[in-house]
Amino acid sequence: MSIAARKSDFPILDQTVNGHRLVYLDSAATSQKPRAVIEAVRRYYERDNANVHRGVHTLGTRATEAYEGAREKVARFIGARSASEIVFTRGTTEALNMVALGYARPRLGPGDEILLSPAEHHSNLIPWQQAAKATGATLKYLPLQPDGTVALADVRAALSPRTKLVAIAHISNVLGTIHPVAEIARLAHEVGAVVVVDGAQSVPHLPVDVQALDCDFLAFSGHKMCGPTGIGVLYGKRRLLEDMEPVYFGGEMIDVVELYESTWKELPWKFEGGTPVIAGAVGLAAAIDYLTEVGMEAIRDHDRRLTAYALERLRELDDVTVYGPADAERRGGLVTFNLGSIHPHDVSTVLDAEGVAIRAGHHCAQPLMRILGVPATARASFYLYNDESDIDALVGALRSAKEFFKHAIG
Amino acid sequence: MQLDDLYRQVIMDHYLHPRNQGVLGDDAVSVDLRNPSCGDEVHLQLRVRDGRVEEVRFRGSGCSISMASTSMMTEAIKGMTLEQALELSGTFRGMMRGEPVDADALGDLESLQGVSKFPARIKCATLGWQALERAIRGESAAMADEDGADEDR
Repeated sequence: MSIAARKSDFPILDQTVNGHRLVYLDSAATSQKPRAVIEAVRRYYERDNANVHRGVHTLGTRATEAYEGAREKVARFIGARSASEIVFTRGTTEALNMVALGYARPRLGPGDEILLSPAEHHSNLIPWQQAAKATGATLKYLPLQPDGTVALADVRAALSPRTKLVAIAHISNVLGTIHPVAEIARLAHEVGAVVVVDGAQSVPHLPVDVQALDCDFLAFSGHKMCGPTGIGVLYGKRRLLEDMEPVYFGGEMIDVVELYESTWKELPWKFEGGTPVIAGAVGLAAAIDYLTEVGMEAIRDHDRRLTAYALERLRELDDVTVYGPADAERRGGLVTFNLGSIHPHDVSTVLDAEGVAIRAGHHCAQPLMRILGVPATARASFYLYNDESDIDALVGALRSAKEFFKHAIG
Repeated sequence: MQLDDLYRQVIMDHYLHPRNQGVLGDDAVSVDLRNPSCGDEVHLQLRVRDGRVEEVRFRGSGCSISMASTSMMTEAIKGMTLEQALELSGTFRGMMRGEPVDADALGDLESLQGVSKFPARIKCATLGWQALERAIRGESAAMADEDGADEDR
């Protein structure tokens, strides 16, 4: 069961770029925003804007209710036990850094190991690199299968009582691989390790239930799931968040402040120093309403159908190399590829001339690029507003790129 | 948007047949420069004698624009004084900003003028020139100073 593409809900898609219909295939970088989200943010600023948790006045109450209501909504969306397990952050990067700084660093030492995949986005790699450097802990990388997947047998072999933390993306932003996070978490918990999941590419695209995954922390961004930029989420199990140190100190997060000592508010506010991104939370709540109405299962089916179609169409171009699993069942809604020996920047420029927006570069995964043996790749990523005609446009533009460079080179 | 303005024949020629490839001996100044946003790399070497660029070599990997621009740059600066090379670099950067150019001063490099109409590609064209400027200033290793257009989270 698949949905029809919701193009008309997204005002930005109704435009031409370089004389062609805009074909937006870069949702893994950031998604477009439906009218409902844009309106919710505008309404908030037009009617309810005030600071939260302090004003006694009516607008202050409305803003606080909107902000905390958004937290409740996020908690229900990912199956958290309570809204107190939801910390608002600036995005996935900040959420992962908060875990590395506030949870991992005080607990790690020489002899301890952090286990991760070499396919991780830099934001789920460098915080652990830095934590290892600061504490004397060791980084240990899982081997990748030839198609970029992680084998559970390798996870089992890599885990030991020394493993204190496992960091892994639910869906790789380059290969699109869906990692078996629930199984990895089960194995990791057997040796007492804590599991940190980068959900930046999964929470927007498939049903995510933190109870079913049994992950200890989950980080994701609002802007990749139809919400505004500047708002993200750190979910953590209550017990772990309670033990975790705040990273930012100041207003909003304190209980009692003395000249030489202070105490913190209870969860989750102890992690939210300073005025939070209130309008961002309001927009994220509207995005969750929108996605829920469409249905996360339906979005997953839609992504899978488009990915299968894209893989099939790209095979028609005999000099396209696709990276990652060949089976759309095992990947999220994105396809990373190279076209012959044409540099992805050059491919992307030719595609842009036909209104087709894709990503070209190393996708914040330089170690993975080295494993793939390429300096860069091109990536097309899909969302609920894309349909087969967008992939047809992509394939047409890739044919143009081939022609153009054959001509330019010949 | 005219692709032919960007991908001129002479550019593709330099891309497919880059000039001054290879490495120089230990007496050369070396600069490794990467563009952190896209992974393009240039390894540039200059042998300077009596204030002139006596020999120049590069190796690198990247898109057609970055490699062609670096190739043309190596041809242009050979034999120049360091001051002349810096001046040419300034002229080239000016052209990237869309400033009017003196075609005589630029030669083949003028073919890259079209890049100025593709803002996302200017950093590709200037990578080799940044390496040149750093080599002349005696800086051995660095990263390109353009914004790293990383994938936001």
